[in-house]
Amino acid sequence: MSLARATGLILAKELRIELRSRALLSTTFVFVLLVLVLFSFTFDPTATEARRFGPGLLWLALLFAGSLMLQPTFVREQANDTLSALRMAPIEPFAVLLGKLAANAVYLFLVELILLPIFAGLYNLSILPVLGRLLLVMFLGTVGLATTGTVFSAVTAQARLRELLLPVLLLPILAPVLIGSSEATVGLFSDQPYLDTTWVVFLTAFDVVFLTAAWLFGEYLFEE
Amino acid sequence: MTPVHPQPSAGFSVQFEKIEKRFGMRLALRGVTLEIGPGEFVALVGANGSGKTTLLRIAALLMRPSGGKIKISGEGADILPAIRARCGMVSHATLLYDELTAQENLRFFARLYDLKQVEEVCAAALERAGLANRARDLVRTFSRGMRQRLSLARAMMTEPRLLLLDEPATGLDPEGQAWLGREAARLHKEGCTILMSTHGRNEVQSAVTRAVRLEAGLVAADSRDGTEMREILARSGPEA
Repeated sequence: MSLARATGLILAKELRIELRSRALLSTTFVFVLLVLVLFSFTFDPTATEARRFGPGLLWLALLFAGSLMLQPTFVREQANDTLSALRMAPIEPFAVLLGKLAANAVYLFLVELILLPIFAGLYNLSILPVLGRLLLVMFLGTVGLATTGTVFSAVTAQARLRELLLPVLLLPILAPVLIGSSEATVGLFSDQPYLDTTWVVFLTAFDVVFLTAAWLFGEYLFEE
Repeated sequence: MTPVHPQPSAGFSVQFEKIEKRFGMRLALRGVTLEIGPGEFVALVGANGSGKTTLLRIAALLMRPSGGKIKISGEGADILPAIRARCGMVSHATLLYDELTAQENLRFFARLYDLKQVEEVCAAALERAGLANRARDLVRTFSRGMRQRLSLARAMMTEPRLLLLDEPATGLDPEGQAWLGREAARLHKEGCTILMSTHGRNEVQSAVTRAVRLEAGLVAADSRDGTEMREILARSGPEA
């Protein structure tokens, strides 16, 4: 079976389960919303400060939410040992990782799409003129977050204290994504909006490097 | 009902050559050498911690041995996907998704195994498991026995040539055990090789053709002789 078809099957299964329970989507949405509201109340930023610091706060909130949301990715497969069933199937092990990674990216992106207007309202920012470029930055940042998060979720799934271990491992690795995404987003909300291609290239490179590493070493992540 | 698939041909052979498995400082398997011929129904017995599950997970290619070699149907470490596709497993964990219906579970795995006529295969599997009327119910609403029946249906759907049963009767009532025993016997009759770990005596053991006892990660007894085999099974523990 081709990698694309196996990945599609895993992705469809993940989405079906999530749409049925809505556990990850709803909790992640509420978490990010709470963080953004709390940041907004705590800092009470002026218009200039909101343009400068708002994007950083948004990405920080997404980063924290991602580290919580990505935790159950492989833990859920342990309840009935379904990961063993997936590993026994005649598919490439990378398909399991890629399917889950794609599902996580979809969840995060959905949450971001719902939260963007709320974020714009809270921080008094106009997103419509830069929507296309903003979505590109969000897509690249989300892929980086989902890729590293899914890989480290697999790494920590069998560890004790995994709930603590994942953020501890993940946050330093994701620092470049946080910086790149925040800086690119800041440019979009400046007086003269612009998309800094340096950060776009940086984020693209990050995504490609981590996806390639996951493809090369993915099968070892599941070994017992 | 007309069978969707033709009857399976000969089962796979399994060769464990001096298999060792280490977990940290603990040696779970200490050089197990065991040759299982095509079509044998082997009961693997032994106390908790004797290495039964570890050996089964190595046979399922879920675990790499720390030492030694495993061959399935003569194939070594790089087991061909075609061989992997014909190895099934049922364990005390169901290997099913609770948030999917019985039908969705079977459909998902049928597609993953690239089976033809997916809908027909799933319907036949549900019928055989006696769960056709619960096809659209979520697995989390099923009793333990129903889950285990569905788990076996999932494993059998791919017409395995090697079926690995890891304490499949755990938590099943006598009726469930009898059903499992009948299905295992039927598969064995069709030529499938079956390797089953079991802790206590149960109905599923009635069709076994060979008993192997593991003790502290080593083969302590191995027999195909009726009387001797029954002795090994009798010493495997209380009734499950």
